[in-house]
Amino acid sequence: MATKLTSPFLQIENLARAYPSPTGGDAVTVFDHVNFHIDKGEFVCVTGHSGCGKSTILNILAGLDSATTGNVFMDGREVSGPSLDRGVIFQGHALMPWLTVLENVSFAVKSRWASWNKQKVRDHAMRYIELVGLKGAEHKKPSQLSGGMKQRVGIARAFSIEPKMLLMDEPFGALDALTRGVIQDELLKICAETQQTVFMITHDVDEAILLSDRIMLMSNGPHARIAEIVNNTLPRPRERSAIHKHPHYYPIRNHMVDFLVSRSKQFGALRDAPDAPSSPAVFDAAGLIESEPVAASTPSVGKPHIHLVNA
Amino acid sequence: MKTRLSLGQQSTLLSLALFGVILLVWQLATLPETQTLAADVDPEYAALMGGGGASQASSFPTPAAMAQTLWDKLSDPFYDNGPNDKGIGIQLAYSIARVLAGFFLAAAVAIPLGFVIGNSRVFYQALDPYVQVLKPISPLAWMPLALYTIKDASASSIFVIFICSLWPMLINTAHGVANVRKDWLDVSRTLEVNPLRKAFRVILPAAAPTILAGMRISMGIAWLVIVAAEMLVGGTGIGYFVWNEWNNLSLTNVLFAILMIGVVGMALDSVFGVLSKRVAYQE
Repeated sequence: MATKLTSPFLQIENLARAYPSPTGGDAVTVFDHVNFHIDKGEFVCVTGHSGCGKSTILNILAGLDSATTGNVFMDGREVSGPSLDRGVIFQGHALMPWLTVLENVSFAVKSRWASWNKQKVRDHAMRYIELVGLKGAEHKKPSQLSGGMKQRVGIARAFSIEPKMLLMDEPFGALDALTRGVIQDELLKICAETQQTVFMITHDVDEAILLSDRIMLMSNGPHARIAEIVNNTLPRPRERSAIHKHPHYYPIRNHMVDFLVSRSKQFGALRDAPDAPSSPAVFDAAGLIESEPVAASTPSVGKPHIHLVNA
Repeated sequence: MKTRLSLGQQSTLLSLALFGVILLVWQLATLPETQTLAADVDPEYAALMGGGGASQASSFPTPAAMAQTLWDKLSDPFYDNGPNDKGIGIQLAYSIARVLAGFFLAAAVAIPLGFVIGNSRVFYQALDPYVQVLKPISPLAWMPLALYTIKDASASSIFVIFICSLWPMLINTAHGVANVRKDWLDVSRTLEVNPLRKAFRVILPAAAPTILAGMRISMGIAWLVIVAAEMLVGGTGIGYFVWNEWNNLSLTNVLFAILMIGVVGMALDSVFGVLSKRVAYQE
């Protein structure tokens, strides 16, 4: 999927973040030597255990936090602060409770295009409210909405400013499984329509497989790194009800689960070895299946075929 | 058939019953007492002391006298027969005007200053000792200083209102501004909202319930203090009226003034109650 351009859309170089130790000792390095790139229109997920610094990386990309060392370049320019070019969907929706749905989205639209008149702002906001299926609820306050609807407003707000890149910090973490499935499907559809470049944090293996082009797996902190990268070879358009039937599905899923369960811990020891890999290992299900035809069939044993949303 | 009364009806009935009990006790307590002559007291001495066996009305007003006063005063609230005889409406208007002047002056200082303090740890810590020392000072303690420097009685009472309304508004504004949820600030940062728009569209509405709670406390204190301040400076106002009527030994008028102070205080508070509801939001 990722066709390498001469200069990638988003380039992260040698990013590291250290926090002063709470006990007054040496600074604690949460992650270091983080290098990756994202191409335009690519959907990249990052996953890893809590404390590996995923959210910090996202906040650095958003410009809300700063790295101890390293650089972030977007479109050839260094990221040094928050920008309308990068939309953020926050974990806890972060809607302003005193504004209605329409006002929340309009606030963002007006921030982006300050010269627009009221009607234009309203029309633009309404278009995105409709896109997430909230037409009819535009005059409600967030407190009158369900968790899923609130997060949809967050999505509408982030998309409405038409950012060059979208950053999502576990956007569906607080939703129940069924609602999550519905919104994932919508997100999939919207991203396909808009060709949005997305960087998303998730703890949910199935969510990552459904949505992403590439999945970055982070080892455990401190000194966390991007240990492995999984190329998600499942063809698009993807259907939640069908993707698990694809021969690449379970190899990818198992590879990720194995990483999260065991390899993410071992990576710490590996890293300091003299022959430690300087760049993350890339997992490609297509190659794997060609060399090991058995691998495709074995995982399906004992796996439920009816796979609702997130087991 | 038993009909169940609603909660509102029940409490109204109870309120009315309580009012009846209060009136009854009041009536009984102010019944004219007939003093029988004690056998061993010289009748001449008793007459001298105002006893004399005659029935004597209590100097504390009866409910009926009170009702009469209420009617008289409220039916003509705005007459003006010189400095010592003005209608209750005029006196209250003076007091309310002073309270509002002092209160809004204080708001004009406290809310912007509270914004600055709430946004900056440095300012907060730098100003905190001053606030802590100045806050517990009784506003009336400022009166001599105010009279000496301002040299005007009415302006001095406005200053006293200003100083007593300042602290709750300042502290609440700073607190409200400092505790705006980080999520909302992050949203406005990623949307590159300019500082002024952020202040008015994000921080102000987010902190409004806390700020308004401070304003409500300030208004309550200001209304308490104005009575005392006007007793000191004299001339006009409900506080002066109370003191003047005490000097006239007209307890009926004093009682009437007390009632009016309560009613106006309640009205001022309910205005802020309505405003609070308007800016309240549910997360």
